[in-house]
Amino acid sequence: MSETATRLRGKDLLGIADLEAAEINLILDTAEAMKEVASRPIKKVPTLRGKTVINLFFEPSTRTRTSFEIAEKRLSADTLNIAIAMSSVVKGETLIDTAQNLEAIAPAIMVVRHGSSGACHLLARTCRAGIVNAGDGTHEHPTQGLLDAFTIRERKGRIQGLKIAIVGDLLHSRVFRSNILLLTKLGAEVWACGPPTLMPPGLERLGVHPTTRVEEAVEGADAVMMLRIQLERMQGGFFPSLREYFNVFGMTPERVRLAKPDAIVMHPGPMNRGVEIASEVADGPASVILDQVTNGVAVRMAVLYLLAGGGENEAAA
Amino acid sequence: MKRLLKGARVVDPASGVDGIRDVLIDGDRIALVGTSIPAAAAAGAVIVELGPSLVVCPGFVDMHVHLREPGYEHKETVATGTAAAVAGGFTAVACMPNTNPVNDNASVTRFILKQASAANLARVYPIGAVSHGSNGEYLAEIADMREAGCVAFSDDGRPVATALLMRRALEYAGMFGMPVIDHCEDRSLAGEGVAHEGFHAAQLGLRGIPSAAEDVMVDRDIVLALATGGHAHIAHLSTAGAVRSVREGKARGARVTCEVTPHHFVLADESLREPLVYDTNLKMNPPLRGGSDRDALITGIRDGSIDVIATDHAPHHADDKRVEFDRASFGIVGLETAVSLGLDRLVHAGIIGLGRFVELLSVNPARILGVPGGRIAAGDTADITILAPDLAVTVSAAAFRSRARNTPFDGWTLRGGVAATLVGGRPVFANPGVPQTSGFERS
Amino acid sequence: MPVVMDQDRVSRSLTRIAHEIVERNRGVDELALVGVRTRGVPIARRLAAILLEITGRDVPNGALDITLYRDDLMKSAVGPQPIVRKTEIPFSIDDRHIVLVDDVLFTGRTIRAALDALIDFGRPRTIQLVVLVDRGHRELPIKADYVGKNLPTALSETVSVRLQEIDGIDEVVIERVEGGQA
Repeated sequence: MSETATRLRGKDLLGIADLEAAEINLILDTAEAMKEVASRPIKKVPTLRGKTVINLFFEPSTRTRTSFEIAEKRLSADTLNIAIAMSSVVKGETLIDTAQNLEAIAPAIMVVRHGSSGACHLLARTCRAGIVNAGDGTHEHPTQGLLDAFTIRERKGRIQGLKIAIVGDLLHSRVFRSNILLLTKLGAEVWACGPPTLMPPGLERLGVHPTTRVEEAVEGADAVMMLRIQLERMQGGFFPSLREYFNVFGMTPERVRLAKPDAIVMHPGPMNRGVEIASEVADGPASVILDQVTNGVAVRMAVLYLLAGGGENEAAA
Repeated sequence: MKRLLKGARVVDPASGVDGIRDVLIDGDRIALVGTSIPAAAAAGAVIVELGPSLVVCPGFVDMHVHLREPGYEHKETVATGTAAAVAGGFTAVACMPNTNPVNDNASVTRFILKQASAANLARVYPIGAVSHGSNGEYLAEIADMREAGCVAFSDDGRPVATALLMRRALEYAGMFGMPVIDHCEDRSLAGEGVAHEGFHAAQLGLRGIPSAAEDVMVDRDIVLALATGGHAHIAHLSTAGAVRSVREGKARGARVTCEVTPHHFVLADESLREPLVYDTNLKMNPPLRGGSDRDALITGIRDGSIDVIATDHAPHHADDKRVEFDRASFGIVGLETAVSLGLDRLVHAGIIGLGRFVELLSVNPARILGVPGGRIAAGDTADITILAPDLAVTVSAAAFRSRARNTPFDGWTLRGGVAATLVGGRPVFANPGVPQTSGFERS
Repeated sequence: MPVVMDQDRVSRSLTRIAHEIVERNRGVDELALVGVRTRGVPIARRLAAILLEITGRDVPNGALDITLYRDDLMKSAVGPQPIVRKTEIPFSIDDRHIVLVDDVLFTGRTIRAALDALIDFGRPRTIQLVVLVDRGHRELPIKADYVGKNLPTALSETVSVRLQEIDGIDEVVIERVEGGQA
């Protein structure tokens, strides 16, 4: 698993499913160099100067969008933020038409977040620009998976052989899907925990250990990852109340103590304090939640560079 | 005019015939079928030398087709749909009522028949709605529609909404011995699902339609068929559980019949990921199920639990498919690929013989709908399908006679195709790639 | 595969360059070395060691990765990506005399990128350039202040610098390449 590729195949990043372990390592290694840029007085490099990157977001998002925007600006790209309310899509333009109209300004990359699984695949097939998936429906959120892995690797030195517990709404979480694909590719032992109503089928087939007992998942874990419970899920009748969810599955200090003493606690954000995670845990010493945000910029810079910053093999010295 | 089809293998299970025969057609009727037709009878007939590589059988009847007219003519019309039908070897189709307006009354029924008559290709048997607007509340005017020409009733596109409505429909249509065709889907279980609930849909983040959504309704309809004595026909069966229920229901004496589509016995949900992930031409309802469901369908085809192969031909405009998977319309076309898929994947695969194939595509659907056909003995209407079972076929969506191109089979190479189609003795389709029938002139 | 500099020659060149640096800058006050990755880095370290011997003073030493500043990255991606490594300059470069160190000076584009990178870190008082080999064929108006060896070459040749720390041996080698660059 220590093999590293020299480039990414393809012009898009649509999901962890399409990445080999060697490519994942390339992204993570490049992200380390990118993280150093953030520590400079001038937090900018000219790598994507003159290239246009469009952030095309069909779902509202402050966190992911600003992270991408900072990453793009630090690489000196020209950024364009387009937020499209889903209702205007319903009224008129198709997804393909919207994207192809934007191609008129010849973007190098379009960073796309959309409510339908597979939307980015459709755009990748029909657009010349490279497509970076910033979250499609309940399918994948690959840059989140990558920054989570980066954070674990930064704190633990490696991914292989670690026990990692992921707890929450597994069925609807694109972060979950990206993470289990990535962590199993890099050789971690992944435990997935949630209520049976929110457990997707076939997890064992992916090499993941499913359980409905959070204690079993967390025991001896090196990292615990909490997923957001979307409040709308309660209307779907998946579990009776937030109070009950917290009692059965919430990450409390007692449950954190079941993990290894130096275990880290993660959350992709935004958090529902008192639902999936107790405040003392979110703010406690084991929490690396803010590091995840910092690392998100570095990882996204790495992805953008590897997709759009290409060059000849050997430059004249 | 007289036509003498010479030297082909005639497969007519309803007459117990499977062998090389000559077939004499006189006008719109079969005059004689025999190993040698007397010269006097054949005098003046146009002779068509078919030869033993071709198969002559009673015309195929597709009892589940969406012709889209009135209301959705940009997807298909009666004219283009029946042209697709005869190119696919079908001499008759039964069309579903989810048009706009819904075919829940005699005037829409008569309009459809008028269009069919003008197109003058395949016979069209309209299926009327079970309820007004297919809204699932009040029974539609079944007797009136029957008078106008409907042969069965369905709210297809939707399930027959309540057990009470299904019971009433079975009783009422039972008065005329007509079947109620149900699209079995419990909406509360199916939810907003777009693909079969299972490993592959979960991997792709697609909401799932569980097998249970189909199974609970199939079981409901069999219980009601037994209770009322009425005839329930299960449309586009797709799950192993449903096959088992139908098999058991028949054994218990229920008047239940069922159909499967070619895409359900050929494809499974793993196709959602390869070769083309999120291909909207794999989105239909009921969805492609798991491999074990497909195996159960094939077993049912072989052991007689499944009565009919019907395509659920669902033409859509490209605009309705070239969108995100969630938003794409459900359904694919099927008229022009059914025969090749069936010959390649069932007959040549050794699962069934040609006799059973003809039962599934002609004898049984004609009987279930109570329409003429399913047999080519002397005196029968000359609706004939001529097959070329060893013809090498490459599916080309661009060449479809249907207005629509939404098929997942484009580019597939299959063994077996249609040589010619005759309706009432008249050739309405001749395959230019089959030399023996290229002489058929269209009259 | 002619060896144009052997271990001895490399060593003597670096010693001479170190003395030249001290002479030209009248000592090593406010001086700092920055090696351009990859092979400029060990050369800079060696120079720092020699300067310590000569002057008894510790000269600060950093490593600069210029991948993100290259001007050939603007073309569309064809071959493998240049791997980005970390820049490590653990001191302020403001008001310092920075001595950039690289192994081969050729078209000058690497040094141009290095100058851009350095300016983003601060405002040095002066920037000087050490190269082990100058092979000519400049495409930009860049010149080295200290040169180990001037090596006239043809464009069809490549110059390979090998160093003990990376390649296990110190030598400079010229190779003729068939059909273009290596």
